[in-house]
Order: sequence, then C-alpha cells, then structure tokens
Amino acid sequence: MALQQKKHEMPTQAPEVRAHNFDEVALGYTAEIALEEARRCLNCKNRPCVEGCPVNIDIPDFISRIKENDFEGAYGVITKSSSLPAVCGRVCPQETQCESKCTMGVRFEPVGIGRLERFVADYHNENCKKAPQKPQSNGHRVAVIGSGPSGLTCAGDLAKKGYKVTVFEALHTAGGVLVYGIPEFRLPKSIVAKEVDTLKQLGVDVETNVVIGKTLTVDELFDMGYEAIFIGSGAGLPNFMNIPGESLKGVYSANEFLTRSNLMKAYKDSDTPIMKGGSVAVVGGGNVAMDAARTALRLGAEKVYIVYRRSIEELPARAEEVEHAKEEGIEFRLLCNPTEILGYNNENDPRDPKNGFVTGMKCVKMQLGEPDASGRRRPVEIPGSDFTLDVDTVIMAIGTSPNPLIKSTTDGLEVNRRGGIVVNEDGLTSRKGVYAGGDAVTGAATVISAMGAGKVAAAAIDKYLSE
Amino acid sequence: MYRIIRKKELNPTVTQMEIEAPLVAKKAKPGQFIILRVDGDGERIPLTVAGVDREKGTVKIIFQIVGATTRKLNEKREGEYIQDFVGPLGKPTETDGIKKVCIIGGGVGCAIALPVAEEFHRLGARVVSVIGFRNKDLLILEDEFKACSDSLTVMTDDGSYGRHGNVTVPLKEMLDHGEKFDMIITIGPLIMMKFVTLTAKPFGVPVTVSMNPIMIDGTGMCGGCRLTLHRDGQNVTKFACVDGPDFNGYEVDFDEAMSRGRMYTDFERHAYEQTCNLFKQA
Ligand SMILES: Cc1cc2nc3c(=O)[nH]c(=O)nc-3n(C[C@H](O)[C@H](O)[C@H](O)COP(=O)(O)OP(=O)(O)OC[C@H]3O[C@@H](n4cnc5c(N)ncnc54)[C@H](O)[C@@H]3O)c2cc1C
Ligand code: FES
Repeated sequence: MALQQKKHEMPTQAPEVRAHNFDEVALGYTAEIALEEARRCLNCKNRPCVEGCPVNIDIPDFISRIKENDFEGAYGVITKSSSLPAVCGRVCPQETQCESKCTMGVRFEPVGIGRLERFVADYHNENCKKAPQKPQSNGHRVAVIGSGPSGLTCAGDLAKKGYKVTVFEALHTAGGVLVYGIPEFRLPKSIVAKEVDTLKQLGVDVETNVVIGKTLTVDELFDMGYEAIFIGSGAGLPNFMNIPGESLKGVYSANEFLTRSNLMKAYKDSDTPIMKGGSVAVVGGGNVAMDAARTALRLGAEKVYIVYRRSIEELPARAEEVEHAKEEGIEFRLLCNPTEILGYNNENDPRDPKNGFVTGMKCVKMQLGEPDASGRRRPVEIPGSDFTLDVDTVIMAIGTSPNPLIKSTTDGLEVNRRGGIVVNEDGLTSRKGVYAGGDAVTGAATVISAMGAGKVAAAAIDKYLSE
Repeated sequence: MYRIIRKKELNPTVTQMEIEAPLVAKKAKPGQFIILRVDGDGERIPLTVAGVDREKGTVKIIFQIVGATTRKLNEKREGEYIQDFVGPLGKPTETDGIKKVCIIGGGVGCAIALPVAEEFHRLGARVVSVIGFRNKDLLILEDEFKACSDSLTVMTDDGSYGRHGNVTVPLKEMLDHGEKFDMIITIGPLIMMKFVTLTAKPFGVPVTVSMNPIMIDGTGMCGGCRLTLHRDGQNVTKFACVDGPDFNGYEVDFDEAMSRGRMYTDFERHAYEQTCNLFKQA
C-alpha cells in the first residue's frame, strides 16, 4: 500500500456555516481516520518528534497503540507526560513543535500528531466513565495561585500524590486563559470544566473569587498552614500602542473583548454588553488576534480585518487558525501598522450620542528591513503610504505585561527586568517554598509550556516536602 | 455564594446591604471596592466598600438602582445569596500626613465618601464635609456624616433641603474665606468631580477624585477600566482597578471618562427594560 503523502484532513464545519455560530470548528478524526493517519507514522528510530514536544510525550509509542486499536493505552502513554491532552491536542502549535521535526515531514506532510492526540483524548473522555480515585492523603498542604493550565496541572499532579491542594483563582470561574481567552469554537468550555471536575474528584479545593495580593497574601497562605505555594498567575496586563484615539468608545484590548464574549457569555444572551456588527480591525498576528477576529465575525461583524505589521511568514498564530480565519473571510492587511484611531465628533452638538465612537483607523504600510534582535526582519514604515480603514471597533492584540500584584505584596520575590518571576530549573523562586511557572514566568507563551512548568514544579514541591 | 445578612432601603433608589464575606471584611480599607455578580449569567459590577464589620465578617455595600444588574440585586432579600463577591480591590485612600480634609460627596457617591470621612475622623484629622443631592427625597447618610465631621453642609439642587445649589458653592466660599485644606477628596458623579477640581484649582489645593469606570475583572487583566491622565504634558494610560480608584483630580481627563462611561447606554437601557418586563410578568 502506498504511503499517503498528506495528512488526513480534519473534518470541519463549513466556513460559511461556522462563521455564524460558536460551535467547535474542527470536528475531530473518526476512529477510521485516526487509524489511517496513525499508519503514516514510520516509527523511526531517532524519534525527532519527541524532542520537538515541550514535555517530551512518547509520541511514536502512543501512535503505535492507536495502530493496535488500543486507544486507552495510547491515552495512558500521553498522560504520563501531559495532563491536558484534550486541550493541547486542540491548541498546541504543532507545526513549530512535534510535527516540525517529523521525519515524514522532510519529504511529505508530517504525521498529524496533534489531531491524533485530540482523537485519543476525546475517545477517553467519551468512553471512560471511571471516576478518578481520591488518593490517600499524606497530610501536606499546598496552595496554587491561578487556575490556568500551569496551576491546574501542578494541582493535579500533587493531588495524585496525596497532597491536600487548594487552588485560589481571582475570577469566578476556574480555567485561566482556557475559559476567558480561547473561544468556545476552538476549545469547548465543557472540556475545561471536565478537567476542573476531575481535580475536584481528586480532592482539590478550588476557591474562586480570591485575589492573591489583595484578599490574601503569599505570606498569609504560609500562616494558614500551606507548606508550599505555586504561582501560576498568567501573563497579566494588556498592552496598548500609545497612539492617539485608543480611549475612544469601540477600542478594546483583546483580553477585554474575549473576556466579555467567553467568560461573561456575551456571545449568548447575558447581561454583559459587547459591540457587535459593523467593521472590526484587530491589531496583531498571534492566536489572540485570530481568536478576537473570529469572535467578532461570529458576533455579527460585516467585515473583519487583521492588521499586522510584519508579513505572513512572521505571523505567530497557529497555522491552522490563520487558515480557518482566511476561509471564514477575515481580511489580512499585512505589513500595515496603525498610527491613529479616529473618532466621531460633532462640533455643533456635544450631546450627540455618536460622539466619541470609533469611525476609522489610520494605518501606514510597512516593508521588511534588517533582522532585529528576535532574528525577524524588522518592519519599517513606507513614507507617505498612509491610508484609513473604515471601522467601528478596534481590538488591540499586541501582547501583555506582567501583573505586579503578587510581586508587590510578596517580600523577597524576585522578578526580571520585564517583570516575569525569576525561577530556577525546578520552578523555585527566590522565596523558599514558593514556586512559579507558566506565563507569569515566561511572558505570554503556550498552554503546553505552562502545563509543563506546572509538572516540573509539582515534582519539585513533592521532593521539597518529602525531605 | 455570599449571604445577604441585612438589607435596608436608604431612599427609593438607593439600597444598603450587608454581605457575609469574611476574607474581604478582614482586609478592606476605605476607598477600596469589590466586584460582584448577582447570578450565574450576571455581569460583574464594581461597588465601593461602604463599611465593614470585621468581627461579624460582613461588608456593607450601598448601590443606586440604575441598570439591570443593580435592579436584580435589589430584588434579593435578606437571607438570600449572591453568586460572586471578590475583593478588596484597588488601592485604599491615602491618609498619610493629612490633618485637615474636605470631603465632598454627591448622590450615592456619599456612600463611598462616608467610610473615608470616618477613617480621617478616627485618625484625628479635622473633617469638613459637604454632601449634595438632587432633592430632599434622595438624601442619605446625613446622621452618619454628622457623627464623623467637624462641620457638615448639606446641599440640594432644588433647595428642598439644606442649602440650595451644588457642592461647589460652599467649597468656593470656604476657599475664598481662606480656609486651608491639606486635601480635598471628592466622590460622586464625574461632572461634579470635574467642577470640584476646577473650583479648587485657583487655590492650589490638592484634589483626590474617586473614579468608577466600567470594569470586568478588577485585577488589571482586561484594560476596560482605563483612563487617561495628563501628566507633565504627556498622556498616561492607567487602569482604575489596580492603579486607582483614587487619582489626582488635576490629571484626570474627565471628558474622556464621561464619554467612555456612556459606551453601553443603549444596551443598558434595553437590558433594563427587559428586566422591568420580566418583573412585571413575574
Ligand atoms: C486568546 C488567547 C489565545 C491563545 N491561544 C493559544 C493557543 O492556541 N495555543 C497555545 O498553546 N497557547 C495559546 N494561548 C496562550 C496560553 O493560553 C497561555 O500561554 C496559557 O494559558 C498560560 O497558562 P498559565 O497557567 O500560565 O496562565 P493563565 O491561563 O493566564 O491563568 C492564570 C490564572 O491566574 C489567575 N490569577 C492571576 N492573578 C491572580 C491572583 N493575584 N490571585 C489569584 N488568581 C490570579 C487568572 O485569573 C487566571 O485564571 C492563548 C492565549 C490567549 C489569551
Ligand atoms: S477592570 Fe479589567 S483591567 Fe481594570
């Protein structure tokens, strides 16, 4: 049988249908497709894909089990290294990680490792109804700050070892970016809720509505009897561009726009308002920008632009999301940079209700110059190339800066020049018994790396408290 | 879930509640706020802490019924629960080095101004309070202010109670008469705080204003609460939930804040009418 050169296509909702609903876009492989795709794996000796995985999942092994129809076995292999396979199978940038190293990929398309991971996780969630066993308590208490992927993973690993873990979350729902940032159509919230439920079944307490640094401090947690603390508080405050007009009505940070839609359910009928319809410009080129653009589209926008100052090659979003966005009709304005946001102002009537709302965004075209510190070619303005996009809403998705809340209330907690918490290879901070990981350490990164950092810290905490 | 221990109508549009929230009660200082959600589909709204009882573990909130959410909150009875209640958020009001303070509250803003006045009183500062309302029926907390102020002036816009006029009138008189304050702290509608600041400006008295923009998370994550300060000829963006809610009145761009505050007026009117209809049907 000849080897299929291309990855098996992912069944998806048709673009013209999904552009108007919030249901998941990618529907997942069937068992038949998964078997076929698994057969494309050469099971090569040097296993480069494992190197490409930030948490070194034994990829050839789990794929071999799929080939043998042993889907539960495959799940067991993955969960030796990853706690959130149903999430990572959906949101990992596989094309720059495992799949970028795949031997098949040298000549053909790489094996669809992410899709297979998702299949295995969904199969397990669908078919395995066994409630997790609550382990025997070892009497030690650990506090976890933040319920994003890093916090959930750290809590889960410790709970399985018998630790009594409490997760403190500032918002009213656990899940971090997985619930407030990444939209339903890419990561159904039921998957995240299931992960949180599993933790609870393992005996983890999840305390929502607690802001560490305000409601309680790190030192108070120690006073309360927690012997070790993990900080997984995420990436922090949204950046703005500092161009004129950013305070006009209709300008959002992506965090605000997505939080209103996802966490506050403005996409259904909730009490939380959001601007719908009209034309929308999203500034930025990462996953956050793609999510904001595609959310705006689904909320009813007639026209959605992605405005990004570099070229398509530098676009940091997952390739699949860019493709999906294009199919759905999002227009990419690459090599463009906003210089000003324009607003309505009726000079004759200061009470005109339209005053202060966005009417457009002035941009300038860019070209790529010399490589900068990041190794990417630096975009430079083309003089005189200004133009205006007529839009009613502008969404800034240009990154975040660390939230100083925990640092400023924790004596002796060291942060780096950019405000990220400083840790050693075990995730240990400058404070004894205090560990950290995820975006709070690295700045905005990926679910898998946050998950990995939670695992490393859990192992280190276990060692620390067993001594 | 957080239990409503006590509920009291202060006037037909303003309600006071005491909520059981021991962790918040233990920490909250005057000037800080909480964010609550009435029910599972509810929006998150910020309300300033109007007082705490550390022993009982309760937090007092005072709110005006202005939209769908405050209306739903007001439908709740003593003994019932609200879904979420998180805090204390924001920075407490600065009290250091202030020996004589003028507290100016407007409308429901007086509820926020009161614990600040009480705190200064407790610290031994001289407290001169001015509180203003549209009319006599909307007057709240007069006795409470009397108890913690060295002098109190009540103003109504229509003259139906106290003195006739708005809060800047007695402020200007005092400043004209050479009264010296270490600080003027004003809490109320944006337009009032703007004019208090303008009134104080020629006299060079520092003014602190308490900003209450639209918020979601209250932890600095979304930036929805941002406002612009004019500082040393530059525009500086600040997040009210973490950098405030108190700001230097001379730096705040009030016009922008007022404009941003009206972003969802249409939506709110619609939601308000819908809840009204719901209650009518019920
Ligand atoms: C819109 C969007 C799309 C993304 N898409 C992808 C993708 O496709 N693939 C991918 O790999 N990555 C993606 N990412 C990045 C990824 O989600 C993050 O790297 C990851 O979630 C970081 O995990 P974390 O555990 O460090 O923090 P977070 O997920 O940010 O969680 C931190 C949690 O801590 C809470 N918290 C913060 N401060 C406090 C405090 N003081 N007290 C108590 N709780 C606190 C927060 O409320 C939050 O719930 C995306 C991010 C966004 C915003
Ligand atoms: S309310 Fe979200 S940053 Fe202030």
